[in-house]
Amino acid sequence: MATMPASASASDLLKSFKLKTKQQELLIRVSILCLVYILAFITRLFSVLRYESMIHEFDPYFNYRTTLYLTENGFYDFWNWFDYESWYPLGRIVGGTLYPGLMVTAVLIYRILRFLRFAVHIREVCVLTAPFFASNTTLVAYFFGKEIWDSGAGLVAAILIAVCPGYISRSVAGSYDNEGVAIFALLFTFYVFVKAVNTGSLAWCLASAFGYFYMVSAWGGYVFIINLIPLYVLVLLITGRYSMRLYVAYNCMYILGMLLAMQIRFVGFQHVQSGEHMAAMGVFFLMQVFYFLDWVKHMLSDTKLFQAFLRITVTSAVAVGGIALGLGMVSGYISPWTGRFYSLLDPTYAKDHIPIIASVSEHQPTAWSSFMFDFHILLFLFPAGLYFCFKRLSDATIFIVMYGLTSMYFAGVMVRLILVATPAVCLISAIAVSATVKNLTVLLRSKNKVVQTGSTKGSGGSKSSSKALLDQSQPFQKNGAIALLFGAFYLLSRYATHCTWVTSEAYSSPSIVLAARGAHGNRVIFDDYREAYFWLRQNTPQDAKVMSWWDYGYQITAMGNRTVIVDNNTWNNTHIATVGRAMSSYEDEAIEIIRSLDVDYVLVVFGGVTGYSSDDINKFLWMVRIGGGVFPVIKEPDYLVNGEYRVDKGAAPKMLNCLMYKLCYYRFGEMMTEYGKPPGYDRARGVEIGNKDVKLEHLEEAFTTSNWIVRIYRVKPPNNRW
Amino acid sequence: MEAPIRAREALGFILFSLLFSICRSSSLNHLLISNAERRIDLSSHIVKVYLTLKVENAGSTPTSEVFLSFPPTQVDHLATVEALVTKGKRKKTTLVRLDVKPTELPDAPNDAKYFAIYLENPLKSGESTTLEVLYLLTHSQEPFPAEIAQSESQLVYYRDSALILSPYHIKQQTTFIKTPSTKVESFTRVEPSNRAGTEIKYGPYEDHPPYSFSPILIHFENNSPFAVVEELVREVEISHWGNLQVTEQYTLVHAGARHKGVFSRVDFQSRPTLNGASSLRYLLARLPPRVHSVYYRDEIGNISSSHLRTDSRKSELEIEPRYPLFGGWKATFVIGYGLPLQDFLFETSDDRRYLNFTFGCPLLETVVDKLTIKVVLPEGSKDPSAVVPFPVEQHLETKYSYLDVVGRTVVVMEKKNLVPTHNSHFQVYYTFKPIFMLAEPLMLASVFFLFFVACVAYLHIDLSIRK
Repeated sequence: MATMPASASASDLLKSFKLKTKQQELLIRVSILCLVYILAFITRLFSVLRYESMIHEFDPYFNYRTTLYLTENGFYDFWNWFDYESWYPLGRIVGGTLYPGLMVTAVLIYRILRFLRFAVHIREVCVLTAPFFASNTTLVAYFFGKEIWDSGAGLVAAILIAVCPGYISRSVAGSYDNEGVAIFALLFTFYVFVKAVNTGSLAWCLASAFGYFYMVSAWGGYVFIINLIPLYVLVLLITGRYSMRLYVAYNCMYILGMLLAMQIRFVGFQHVQSGEHMAAMGVFFLMQVFYFLDWVKHMLSDTKLFQAFLRITVTSAVAVGGIALGLGMVSGYISPWTGRFYSLLDPTYAKDHIPIIASVSEHQPTAWSSFMFDFHILLFLFPAGLYFCFKRLSDATIFIVMYGLTSMYFAGVMVRLILVATPAVCLISAIAVSATVKNLTVLLRSKNKVVQTGSTKGSGGSKSSSKALLDQSQPFQKNGAIALLFGAFYLLSRYATHCTWVTSEAYSSPSIVLAARGAHGNRVIFDDYREAYFWLRQNTPQDAKVMSWWDYGYQITAMGNRTVIVDNNTWNNTHIATVGRAMSSYEDEAIEIIRSLDVDYVLVVFGGVTGYSSDDINKFLWMVRIGGGVFPVIKEPDYLVNGEYRVDKGAAPKMLNCLMYKLCYYRFGEMMTEYGKPPGYDRARGVEIGNKDVKLEHLEEAFTTSNWIVRIYRVKPPNNRW
Repeated sequence: MEAPIRAREALGFILFSLLFSICRSSSLNHLLISNAERRIDLSSHIVKVYLTLKVENAGSTPTSEVFLSFPPTQVDHLATVEALVTKGKRKKTTLVRLDVKPTELPDAPNDAKYFAIYLENPLKSGESTTLEVLYLLTHSQEPFPAEIAQSESQLVYYRDSALILSPYHIKQQTTFIKTPSTKVESFTRVEPSNRAGTEIKYGPYEDHPPYSFSPILIHFENNSPFAVVEELVREVEISHWGNLQVTEQYTLVHAGARHKGVFSRVDFQSRPTLNGASSLRYLLARLPPRVHSVYYRDEIGNISSSHLRTDSRKSELEIEPRYPLFGGWKATFVIGYGLPLQDFLFETSDDRRYLNFTFGCPLLETVVDKLTIKVVLPEGSKDPSAVVPFPVEQHLETKYSYLDVVGRTVVVMEKKNLVPTHNSHFQVYYTFKPIFMLAEPLMLASVFFLFFVACVAYLHIDLSIRK
């Protein structure tokens, strides 16, 4: 025995390590999940690697600034913060007008890391918050997929959502915005609610209430949850799927969720008073009526009597509900739907009524190409998944179908809501992929088993029946299955490459730093925004007031540390319209407005030298529209020639002499921008400007960045009378 | 303009001669300066003064101290004083550095301040020696007019004395003042004085008693950027894993004539020499060789306009602030870099370790108003002590960095008013046991180990209440 061959002992050792099938599966599943978790994180790091660890875009700068305030001053100061630096002279009650979830999350992570002695800067935490939560979302997607279909679908859902461009667009490193954590919260709430409906367990209800609370604290999109869930419950009621589980889940989630949500100051009593939340309350009362009827039905043995009772109760319940709603509306206790909500339901509403919403590019109706761009093959898999869901209808699949359909509608209304649809699309597509692949592999494997006769005896009736089915099927079935499998894998691999390409090309640019290709193929960086903001920060008086179009408000306060007149939190339309009016008036009229607002510096963004197209001249018509919406003196046709917007010689005289034109093109007429073109050639619009002799009377050039992208003017003090 | 200056000068002259007659300090009167030559270099904003003194002992007792005196207004701006003595004859001359220390003398007239030069060998009666003195003055050129527009060039005042202020009798003296350009608006005439090209010559003056003073004012063009670092914090972190991480936080200001009115980019771009001649466009930092992972950023992110040139002897980092600095404009930024540890950390014979690093600011031609150096020693090091060639304020701090439990000892040194000549080496000695290097990896390993143990335990323990 002592001379046992070494190979035998090794194989023994292997045998003792050999895992059972279940353990193997667990190991594979856990390792796939780990890999997906890491993948979701690292695929969002393109911008950090290519540029630097920095905050992107516009809104994230506000979030970053508030987070800094929170780290420095603590939670109570943050909650009571009155910000003098924005909306001068009105100011902003920050604690009461923001969703604090994101900032609190980031600070919590920061504190934990600091406690564990990781000497990180809060900026790094903010930059990486979105990728971190995206990774967590993949886990939730796995469990959600497992809940509605099976673990295979869960895995596929996790992989799909990890790289889906629709989600990546809002969660790359540096895009420190509410959506980054909100999608996690949204999916988590839905998952836990479905789990609660499936189990009827109070623990899951509680979890969904807390998930909802987190969502409310993080993003205004919580309105979607509080409308979708009642709608779902309603559909279940109508389809006759009412159960005690549903009753427990909804009531517990609604009551607790409502109480918790009202703790967020920005939401507060809106949750029981505003029109957007009424559906949830109505369904809540309906549930009670339903339960009551159920009880009465149980007590009454006579069906006829019950029918009569049912009619009376339902009519009276509906009547009472209608009267209550009507009274609430009339007395003003229940506020009507807001314009934003209307614009969601009706895509044309904003264009006619609220130009400020319509002026934001991400509020535009979605083009087909951007669906294709953001979903790629998921767009085709989505209907297939819906088919599978309908084929195996359950409480959970009904939920995902409803989530998918409603969110797809909203995604069609507004570009930015593609984000909300992404998890549903990924989950439903995952069902399609998983079900198809599973069917195909079952075909392949069972055919093999036919060849090895008898080895699978006793493995159950289902297999033998499929075997019987196989025997009747076509001879090329195996080859066909193989071909289809390869096709599926090819499609999925295309999806992966497409996602990576989109992430790297389209969604990883910080938009603060602009990069272009130079003449020799080298990368040229335009860092003008930060140049200007840092100049403001260092070389203007501490209390200087800066007027600019609202897009740059958050960036100026966060990076320039100076007071602004309007910013991206567009809560006061009149104030924005005043700035729009100042920009679109003649200089001597504008100076009156500027003086009345106590402005010291005026900042404009100008792309004429570099060819940067999203500058203030291209945004100018929106200023005119928004200004004209409040002040009818400003009329859009005055700035157009035959309905055409021009800046060259043929431009409207009012256009050539308004403040915005003057500030952008001041001394631009002397500038040679392109070889072979006359001086004053605007590269962004490709024309020679119409008014080269711009004279400023009340303003003077204070600073222009090296590529002219940002121009800052100082407001001169009034002239002495003598 | 000339007449009142003349009057003031005459008054000063009388005053000083009076004082001289009153307080004839006995310890001083036996020395006299037979020949003095002073060269004042005004070409940058740091005023460099080279003084060649031929000192003669006319008394009977040997002496080893030679005093230099400065008016109190100059002492505040005095960054450094160095004295050298030439040794040997003719071709084999070598320069030997002498000790210079600030001292107090009784009966100093008009709060004059003194520095004592300690000679190597006492100067015997009748002997003479030649001293080379170099001192640097900061913030001594006052912009006038104090505010200029973009297209104007920067004019400054420089105030000094035509005669060298000295506690000794000077037999013969000459002063040469070098201006940065030929554009001199005005200068005080103290005959014989004349100007040729970029040089103004005062003297030779014969036989002036101690404390002779004759104020002069020179108004000239100086377009060199007045780069002043108001505050510089340098943090040097030692890691015994082989890296020395240096982080430098600058608050840079252009201390010249304040910019007034418009900044026009089109003028600045098309005619840079005429418009914004005195602006600060870039700075050059001289870093040690073998520097790696250099970064240049500020509070709002990376600044992409910098270039690093390295060779085997030195590294040069050329940095451009985000915007050109005009007079009065500020910029704050951070430069960081890593260095190989073996170039800077050494062991003494008694098993102590010491860091040998440069003290001053790596930027060329800049004045540093306040410098703080923090040397972060590795966790677990003991008995820190610093050796600096000039007086500094010192104290200790504790800093927590990655995975620190007890914190790292930080040796903090502070000094005010620094010029590039302060870039000499200093040493920080400490003891460190290499076993401490393993603390953090072990900590991490044990955390992971515990995590896996917990996982295994969780999978094998049934915690449910129901069976």
